[in-house]
Amino acid sequence: MTPAATTCHMPHLVVHRHTTSEPPVVRRVLIGVALVFLSLFLFLPLVFVFTQAFAKGIGFYLETLHDPNAWSAIKLTLLAAGISVPLNCVFGVCAAWAIAKFDFRGKNVLLTLIDLPFSISPVIAGLIYVLVFGAQGWLGLKFPQLADWMTDHDLKIIYASPGIILATIFVTVPFVARELIPLMQAQGRSEEEAARVLGASGWQTFWRVTLPNIKWGLIYGVILCNARAMGEFGAVSVVSGHIRGQTNTIPLHIEALYDDYNFTGAFAVASLLAFLALITLGLKTWVEHKNAALNKMAISK
Amino acid sequence: MANERIKARKIRVLPGFKLTLGFTLFYLSLIVLIPLAAVFWKTSTLTWPQFWHTITMPTAMASYRLTFGASFLAALMNAFFGLIVAWVLVRYEFFGKKIVDALVDLPFALPTAVAGITLAALYSKNGWIGQLLEPLGIQAANTQLGIFIALTFIGLPFIVRTVQPILEDLDPELEEAASSLGANRWQVFWRLILPMLTPALLTGFALAFARALGEYGSVIFIAGNIPMKTQITPVIIMGELDMFEYGKATAIAVVMLVVSFVLLLSINVLQWWTNRYNTNNLA
Repeated sequence: MTPAATTCHMPHLVVHRHTTSEPPVVRRVLIGVALVFLSLFLFLPLVFVFTQAFAKGIGFYLETLHDPNAWSAIKLTLLAAGISVPLNCVFGVCAAWAIAKFDFRGKNVLLTLIDLPFSISPVIAGLIYVLVFGAQGWLGLKFPQLADWMTDHDLKIIYASPGIILATIFVTVPFVARELIPLMQAQGRSEEEAARVLGASGWQTFWRVTLPNIKWGLIYGVILCNARAMGEFGAVSVVSGHIRGQTNTIPLHIEALYDDYNFTGAFAVASLLAFLALITLGLKTWVEHKNAALNKMAISK
Repeated sequence: MANERIKARKIRVLPGFKLTLGFTLFYLSLIVLIPLAAVFWKTSTLTWPQFWHTITMPTAMASYRLTFGASFLAALMNAFFGLIVAWVLVRYEFFGKKIVDALVDLPFALPTAVAGITLAALYSKNGWIGQLLEPLGIQAANTQLGIFIALTFIGLPFIVRTVQPILEDLDPELEEAASSLGANRWQVFWRLILPMLTPALLTGFALAFARALGEYGSVIFIAGNIPMKTQITPVIIMGELDMFEYGKATAIAVVMLVVSFVLLLSINVLQWWTNRYNTNNLA
């Protein structure tokens, strides 16, 4: 159909080089298009956050971060991440152990259920906790005594820290499990079985055989889980009630400053989270690099 | 007897099945499933006409059109540019490639509120990009274009990260065979490489689309949330919640949940297709 058959007359080497790459012009154009697209959507916003953060000088920047409301937001965010990350870490290890090391019916359904929080809008994640724990919520209707007891003891879940922590746990449930399940499935069961046959107890097998094998995957999952836990906005926004100095997390504090037209202040606080994102990306790249090196070693062995 | 005992021991070589599976199910039920069931409990307190009236009210209908349309276009934009980015990252060498590769995940790592205020400020009238667009008569802040831009940002890594591994594993011999049989570079791409990338592209597209449908934080700042014009569906839910209209909020949430579940199902099927393609290639 095309006169491309002429390539047949070319020396073998030339054909070889042409098959694995495009002409230099095409290459340069493609690299250019990719870089322009990424600069516009990734580099520029990133640079913008930091320039805006320091637009009124370092004094204003430090002042914004020293504000008591900012401090309380930082503390609440650290609390929410400090509770949700370890819990989801334990959950991830348990789920991966059950799924990767044993065969049982309904495994695919379980995998889909674990992924569920990823496919639910953050606003809905917040909404479901309001429906359970909020005023006229499911809990209050089904267990009125419990609800009364909680009111008596001034225990609030919605529009208070417990709701924020619960919403944060919900949106970060899949992160560690998702990293560990494919990894442990690929590693198989033979090493653990050998350890057991040689007389190691269940815990010894886990600490000395499984954990060293999944170390990097676990760290990777924890990094991603933490980034999301500290940055969650939609779900937390629904259950927080936006009381400054009390129920605002860092992202909610950013929104409050932005709504006050204190743009420099908003970007100053935002630069903290942007910095966290950069650290996350750095660690992620480092862990991936480590992992690749380990895989190479395993193959060469 | 002996056989049975061996079988039983084989299954129980590794301990902790009941413990770990039990904890997994308990935790999932407590955190995810029971609270999620509350949505359907709350919906059942509405009558059918009430439910129907809520989910078809004009502001909701306008928000569905906007959310679906903008998410679809953003995913399409990402499919095109994401393929180019993945291609460039896998096939070519250039200065700073490793940093670019790491930065692709920025939308995953950057909190949505930060992305939201950044994009809103960048594209505002006085912003770095907004002031360049204004003489051209293009306004992004407080318009549907702005929503499209925000959704493109958050969906960016999905296509790159699903296409990249498939492209890396592609056997170069297939391309060599095709070109030695007389195909030019464009034909090799169009007839050989693209069909092999299609499942991954579709999976990435579906993931980006699904993520965009539920997105809230990065959109609300640039969108301006003007009723009937730039209100996405999560904003409608949020508005009902602010007025303590829990029933109405839940009804609209059910619509979104049903769409999400259908998408989740299709993504699983697509991923199965992608993996099958992969193992076929290896075999």
